[in-house]
Amino acid sequence: MKILYFAWLRERLNRSSDDVSPPADLATLADLVDWLRANDEALDFAMANPAQFKLSKNARLVPWDTPLAGAETVAILPPMTGG
Amino acid sequence: MITITKDPFDPGALLTAFQAGHPHAGAAVTFTGMVRSVPGRPISALILECYPELAQNQIAAIRAAAIARFSLIDAAILHRYGRLVPGEPIMQVMTLAAHRQAAFDGAQYLMDYLKTDAPFWKQEETSEGVAWVEAKAADDRAKERWGGEDHPTSS
Repeated sequence: MKILYFAWLRERLNRSSDDVSPPADLATLADLVDWLRANDEALDFAMANPAQFKLSKNARLVPWDTPLAGAETVAILPPMTGG
Repeated sequence: MITITKDPFDPGALLTAFQAGHPHAGAAVTFTGMVRSVPGRPISALILECYPELAQNQIAAIRAAAIARFSLIDAAILHRYGRLVPGEPIMQVMTLAAHRQAAFDGAQYLMDYLKTDAPFWKQEETSEGVAWVEAKAADDRAKERWGGEDHPTSS
């Protein structure tokens, strides 16, 4: 599974993506984020205020409680500043 | 139509092409966002990062919601990314409707959602370096006036 990081989160981590193999018992994207944070101190620190981030699954914006099943690409998105 | 591009665009030409061939439209509204530099804190450039695949899907969902909600005849969104200098257009939203209120409201709605729900991130380049632009609470509040519902594209 590919994890994408954008903007200042990408800069803080010093990389734009990870390839990970999460354990099979993770049910939702929120569980995936918890697992990623537990395994990465820099990510854990950067996501200290998790509510500000949005998540996408396979390039679709989805709620945090979306099932992880079928996810090939998950992106962690800092607050957007387009327009 | 939705365009996510690094290339410059001509706002007038874009509007002319969008308006063409719609004999039932009585109103067209255009918003063009531009790179702004103010005297007190001049910037040399705005650098936009984008997740193009998600931007395409997300803007399509926002556009479809706007068309349905305001009975728009058509809506088009162009958004650039990359490095832009002051005075350059960043993005353009255009709506076509039978009457002006729907065209105005549709354009406002699109803009309010694009600010908070389209995956673009701005950096300002100044003489002191480059800094990420912080998201504004006012942009979230602007979205709330439409009900603030998300447009999940999980289907």
